[in-house]
Amino acid sequence: MTNWNVILNIAKTHLLTKIKQTATASLGVTFGIGSYITLVCFMTGLNAMLDNLILNQTPHIHIYNEIEPSKKQPISLYDNVGESFNVVHSIKPKISQKKIHNALPIIDHLEKNKDVRGALPQVKTQIFYIAGSIELGGNLTGINPIDEARLFNMGDYIVEGSTEALQNTDNGILLGIGIAKKMSLKVGDRVQVSPINGGVFPLKIVGFYQSGIADLDAIQSFTNIKTIQRILGKANNYITDINVKLYDIEQAFPLSKKIEQQFKLTAIDIKTANAQFETGTTIRNLITYAVSITLLIVAGFGIYNILNMLIYEKMNDIAILKATGFSGKDVQLIFMSQAMIIGFVGGVLGLLIGFGLTSLIDTIPFKTEALPTVETYPINLNPMFFVIGFSFAMLSTFLAGYLPSKKAKKIDPVRIIRGQ
Amino acid sequence: MSIVLEAKHINKYFKKPVLFHVLKDINFQVKKGEFASIMGKSGCGKSTLLYILSTMDTDYEGELLLNNKLITNQSRDHFSYIRNKHIGFVFQFHYLLSEFSVLENVMLPAKKLAEKSHEEIEHDAFEKLKMLNIAHLAKKRASRVSGGEKQRIAIARALINNPSIIMGDEPTGNLDSHNAENVFNIFKKLSDEQRLSLLIVTHDEDFANKTDRIIQMADGKIIS
Repeated sequence: MTNWNVILNIAKTHLLTKIKQTATASLGVTFGIGSYITLVCFMTGLNAMLDNLILNQTPHIHIYNEIEPSKKQPISLYDNVGESFNVVHSIKPKISQKKIHNALPIIDHLEKNKDVRGALPQVKTQIFYIAGSIELGGNLTGINPIDEARLFNMGDYIVEGSTEALQNTDNGILLGIGIAKKMSLKVGDRVQVSPINGGVFPLKIVGFYQSGIADLDAIQSFTNIKTIQRILGKANNYITDINVKLYDIEQAFPLSKKIEQQFKLTAIDIKTANAQFETGTTIRNLITYAVSITLLIVAGFGIYNILNMLIYEKMNDIAILKATGFSGKDVQLIFMSQAMIIGFVGGVLGLLIGFGLTSLIDTIPFKTEALPTVETYPINLNPMFFVIGFSFAMLSTFLAGYLPSKKAKKIDPVRIIRGQ
Repeated sequence: MSIVLEAKHINKYFKKPVLFHVLKDINFQVKKGEFASIMGKSGCGKSTLLYILSTMDTDYEGELLLNNKLITNQSRDHFSYIRNKHIGFVFQFHYLLSEFSVLENVMLPAKKLAEKSHEEIEHDAFEKLKMLNIAHLAKKRASRVSGGEKQRIAIARALINNPSIIMGDEPTGNLDSHNAENVFNIFKKLSDEQRLSLLIVTHDEDFANKTDRIIQMADGKIIS
């Protein structure tokens, strides 16, 4: 039979009469949890930002025709030399079309797959930007601007103009910011582009594109698929690339393998394409958690220390309580509840401080060339972190209180009373 | 006359630092309303015996009966309950919880027992304090009262659950003669008026001589 009222009342009196000690112990937890929340929200915010920098723009599966040598050289088809040892020097890649055969039916087929959020056609080609007598090499990609904005956050990387403007303008171009600077162009100007097989086409600049990767911004521009098909003189089923976005990124690898088999195309999944990126993210997360757990453990030891001291000071009280009929379990509960109260108060304060600090960081300006849409330091306010932080506060105070309270439970009142 | 506390063939050994036979075949009874004292030289085992009788020390051989019920070899929680309900304790060094008020100190064992409501307990505690002429101290912090007062508060606390027996380990050992006299008178009154059994370990011969019965101990044996 446990009388919680009495136990909590004793715990409360102990805590309140030693308010300084209680405050110190609680502050230990508060700072531990507060810094955990701040650190983890800030670090994961930064992580997510860095990930998005690459991953948002990257399709989960990229399908295209790879230029590569034939796997079977003609000599191996010739039976007469079947028994001999053949060496073929200077193998050249096979001439194949860049275009994806039957691209539009493939897109339809992919769109029907329930894992697929969207499959977008693209036409990629090399062109020259012509400024007077100077020709600058570059890439021009034909896209469906609205769909690209929807699935690949194209809008985040347009610093002037919009995807709608590109969609609605015939012969419009979304120019890489690097090229625009080199050629001193502004929105509304015309730029002349020339495909490799000749001809000059004037295109109207409807906006600027800035990916944050300077090398890319110096060559890459976008236009409508129809426009680029016209420039290249191709039919409207001329598609060179298909970008697939999935609901679940984990499905990328199996699906890409299936597409390769089914359509005899090259399909690269996001993890293969950005393997080094995954590693970086994992390691950064690891560091975040290592630091946070260290903070929380330090706070836990603080509580352990203070409770241990408290129990030594309260030896007499423990002996009296036991002599007057409180069981060892009651005494243990008294000290456990003190630990848990410290953990609770410290934890809640820690959450508030963490929330305050992250809100503060969220307002600090953070301007960088690489990220046109980011204006303040990124914060990932995930409620899960608060739940974890609070649970850890309770868990660590529980453990820190458990050992000293176990000792209090075992104290023999006779030894204390007779020792006096 | 009914027997409140009975010890049968109690033997106790100290195992450290060397095996030592502290109590040798102790047999005695305390009857209802009896005011008994245990006397003996230091080291004769009288305190050890008292702590065995109080159920706080469970490491012994023999049988202990409280109100004619065997209470040897029970669970620790049950011993706690027995101490709470049936045994009142008064120590040499007052032993109050210094952070609590006098009233709270007195009420604590009754709150633990939880047989009465908070109001009843508070009323009872006031009654006990009044009986001992210290009701005016009720709201004071226990650390702010004098030694003699502390001992009286401790007696009030021992009485709060209306125990079967009060045990004292030199309750007057730390008090001046006036306060010691005072404490004795309280005990005497409880014994006479409320027919409470008392078992007091003491060094004080004057104190012992005034009690109903003196149990003399020497070398772990009762000699008279």
